[in-house]
Amino acid sequence: MMRNRIAHWLQGRGYRGVIIGLPYIWLLLFFFIPFCLVLAISFGSRTPTAPPFGYGGDHPWISFVGYSRLFHDDLYIRAFLVSLSNAAVATVLCLLLGYPMSLALTRVSASWRNILLMLVILPFWTSFLLRVYAWMGLMGKNSWFNGLLTDAYNLLTPATWHVTSIPMMHSNFAVVLVMVYTYLPFMILPLYANLERLDPVLDEAAMDLGSRPFRVFLDVTLPQSLPGIIAGAMLVFIPAAGELVIPTLVGDASSPMIGRVIADEFSSASDWPMAASVAIALLLLMVGPMMLYTHYQSKAEAGEEP
Amino acid sequence: MADPFIRIEGVSKKFGTFQAVQDVSLTVAQGEIFSLLGGSGCGKTTLLRMLAGFEEPTEGRIFIDGQDMAGVPPWLRPVHMMFQSYALFPHMSVEKNVGYGLKHEDMTADQRKARVAEMLELVQLTPFGHRKPHQISGGQRQRVALARALARQPKLLLLDEPLAALDKKLREHTQFELMSIQERTGVTFIVVTHDQEEAMTLSDRIAVMDKGRVKQVGAPTEVYEYPNSKFVAGFIGSITAFPAKVSALAGDVATVQVAAFQASVQARAVPGLNVGQEVTLAVRPEKLVISQARPEGENVIAGQVKDLAYFGKDSLYRITLPSGELISVHSVNAGRSAGGRPDWDDQVYLSFAPSAAILLVE
Repeated sequence: MMRNRIAHWLQGRGYRGVIIGLPYIWLLLFFFIPFCLVLAISFGSRTPTAPPFGYGGDHPWISFVGYSRLFHDDLYIRAFLVSLSNAAVATVLCLLLGYPMSLALTRVSASWRNILLMLVILPFWTSFLLRVYAWMGLMGKNSWFNGLLTDAYNLLTPATWHVTSIPMMHSNFAVVLVMVYTYLPFMILPLYANLERLDPVLDEAAMDLGSRPFRVFLDVTLPQSLPGIIAGAMLVFIPAAGELVIPTLVGDASSPMIGRVIADEFSSASDWPMAASVAIALLLLMVGPMMLYTHYQSKAEAGEEP
Repeated sequence: MADPFIRIEGVSKKFGTFQAVQDVSLTVAQGEIFSLLGGSGCGKTTLLRMLAGFEEPTEGRIFIDGQDMAGVPPWLRPVHMMFQSYALFPHMSVEKNVGYGLKHEDMTADQRKARVAEMLELVQLTPFGHRKPHQISGGQRQRVALARALARQPKLLLLDEPLAALDKKLREHTQFELMSIQERTGVTFIVVTHDQEEAMTLSDRIAVMDKGRVKQVGAPTEVYEYPNSKFVAGFIGSITAFPAKVSALAGDVATVQVAAFQASVQARAVPGLNVGQEVTLAVRPEKLVISQARPEGENVIAGQVKDLAYFGKDSLYRITLPSGELISVHSVNAGRSAGGRPDWDDQVYLSFAPSAAILLVE
């Protein structure tokens, strides 16, 4: 009886409902509910209990201590600034490196394109951690890579400036370098998908109307690839800003990035409300610009009817 | 005659081992509408792309207004192209599209604006200047493409299948509009098309192309009435062709024996015919007169109506010849009554003037 009913329902609107509903259920379970939990924790107070937060009793029901410390404690403001600047530099470098690579991918023959696309994705086949360790080896004082850069530096500078090795490790330089290396595919793939759809006849039309190739790029290719640039930039910037592993392994421990701060508050400081406040602040910082972008884009798509 | 405006001299183009264009020589006069007509893969588009500068000829030279185009990149040629897909910039408004080429002209902003307005006026799109290409219809897009290509006053305008993307009704209207715009601007047009009707109505002269070669160049009436090869005769209009053998030559009249007719007929002689030569006799359906009584005179063939299609203003007959082969006849229905017109299975006679039959050597 029950089974019949379910079968009947599925044959009616059921399958459509299931297909449309699944992503919503997914978002509800794995985004919305955890988000609400974190939000709730961020308004709690730190207690010596387990879990280490509480409401009421000696403490106010809602506490804004975490949020107020965000604005008053130097550590958090600096962590945000370091995170945002590292992520921004990494994003710009990824774009500068990734754009010519994506453009080249659209211009080579189909067989080459498949090989090159595979090479872009190939690093994902080895452990991410392993690759970061490989970079640590390369940047270390005794590596051939560091030696090569040191020799090049010594060759170009006067003798009084000479160094025995370049201190690359434990710096924002190291963080940005490894982040660029790690996130480059996330820039290349959406950009390639965007550039690949552009009609090459438009380039010919612009050339035919008197534009030299670089001008064609500025007038035709670049404006049309803006959605790809924005998609790639978000895919790089958002995880880079919250990055934990890379700054922990190769970064400067004296000025941590925000991911490290959240992890420390949760674990060693066991101040969950503070950690949650930082996490919520980071989320707002990321979501704000994104919503602005989608708003702007849907407006642009609606057209400029007079 | 003065030096021709556009001179194509022995141009060939090879892509790898594929010979796309083979030893083409053409001249086009200033202000002419010249069509390159042929099926797909005949090399017409490659020839057009060589004129625009997107491809370099493997051999031969192209002169435009006396200037050798070898090594001149597309952006420096006084040539603009209207692309088959129109290739409008989707992120620019109609105005910006039309004004795009003007950026490279030495003009003030006001002059540029005036020129764009003038172009939009020419193609009757003034109210649509602020729209984006996806917000206008296909026919309007075609006119934007035309205005954009004409804005910089090119010496030569190349049109790649200009009407192919339009529906039939719009196509006829646009054809005449194109001609009137050409007349008003005086720009030389070279049109690539696979549509013989389009080429016939649009052009001053047509070059019929096949397998990379130009088979015949001439005015529409010339290539229609006096085709020089079986290919041209068959490509332009419909025609029925039969093998024949020259049996006598007298002045400009040749007598040929046609096995399919089981008779000898007279046709206008072409230069270089010899008695005994194997040739092809071709007759266009509308040049044949169909009658139920045997007409007087020469060039009469007997047959039987196999099929008949009535279109109103005219009818198409398919006649079985004594040899069993079929021939098409187009007959205008001048009278109103159906009586007197041949019907299915009727015995009929076909006749034609000697000058209406085409003798093809090639």
